[in-house]
Amino acid sequence: MLNLPFVIEILRMVHEWALAESIVRAVLDIMRERKLKTVLEVKIAIGQLQQIEIDIFRDALKEISEGTILKETKFSIEEEEAEFKCRNCGYTWKFSEIKESIKEDEAEAIHFIPELAHAIIRCPRCGSPDFIVVRGRGVRIVSLRGIT
Amino acid sequence: MMDPRISIIPERIKDIKRRIAIVSGKGGVGKTVLASLLALGLSSMGKIVGLLDLDFNGPSCHIVLGIPEDTSIKEEKGIIPPLFNGIRFMSLELFVKERALPLRGDDISNAIIELLAITRWGSLDYLIIDTPPGTSDELLDILRLIDGLETLIVTIPSKLALKTVSRLLNLLKMVNTNIIGIIENMSKGTDMVREFARREGIRYLGSIPYDEKLEEALGDVDALKRTSISESITTILHKIIGLKITR
Repeated sequence: MLNLPFVIEILRMVHEWALAESIVRAVLDIMRERKLKTVLEVKIAIGQLQQIEIDIFRDALKEISEGTILKETKFSIEEEEAEFKCRNCGYTWKFSEIKESIKEDEAEAIHFIPELAHAIIRCPRCGSPDFIVVRGRGVRIVSLRGIT
Repeated sequence: MMDPRISIIPERIKDIKRRIAIVSGKGGVGKTVLASLLALGLSSMGKIVGLLDLDFNGPSCHIVLGIPEDTSIKEEKGIIPPLFNGIRFMSLELFVKERALPLRGDDISNAIIELLAITRWGSLDYLIIDTPPGTSDELLDILRLIDGLETLIVTIPSKLALKTVSRLLNLLKMVNTNIIGIIENMSKGTDMVREFARREGIRYLGSIPYDEKLEEALGDVDALKRTSISESITTILHKIIGLKITR
């Protein structure tokens, strides 16, 4: 079994860390704005398109919130399926239907910046690159439960 | 409910002393070349410099500076901008590698927010940002997302270009950004731009003559440094460095 400092070191290497940091920072900002004393739970949606490693993200959240007022806060994470709609022909499709056709380096680019999907994905029906990501793009806070 | 990425942006840029967007009213005035050479000039003066290419439809700072497209991105609690000739560089081109990237309004905003939220610039004296021409989505986004943003206008001596600069100035004055001044590129030795700057109440920073050697120097940093453009830029940079900024 890996020891903890080693795991944390690996965690810090990845991009999931930066996104987890943004969640913690945003929750602290909301607490200040709404004058909350405690945050009991934060619900986070992770869009499938960004291909976040949820376990790594969860561990990063735990590690970052540890030294803050959020150390007891429950972070609930749910994955959101990514869906697209073609602006040209109106066809809708899911990321899971085309995921296999995306090469490793392309998947990595989308992982960093999900909008790069527009350089990689095409409408399966008409081939247009002009589509909307209807849902499931990236990380967002869905709701937050706190005490004033 | 909310986009958490916006909360982390101030943290990501807090150690950048000056954040300067290179802007223009219209395209084709040499903004990308000047943005790249300003970054190069600052680096040659010993400043710690970052260059962010936000011209999503036509990113080309990497071509000016000869930055290879196959550069790998290092991850460390985010992404670390690769270092070339003393410049920390970030562009979507490092990810898309010459593919067309057809982005519309909200996609552009999302990509900018993501880039600003995950890029770890560290401590910089200057961050130079190349933007698309006019009052683009990219410019509107950095005006709202980057606190203390300064703008540096590039134009050519042409009625057409100056008309578009007037329109751009309307916006910049409206949002209260700190306008450093205007640079006259491809100068023909006339007073047109200097007079324009006087009328608009903005600083005229200097002129850069057209240099035929530029085309063959593109992609070669040493050759770029030997162009007359680089020489003029050094003079202009001394003025910019000497300016006191207020935030």
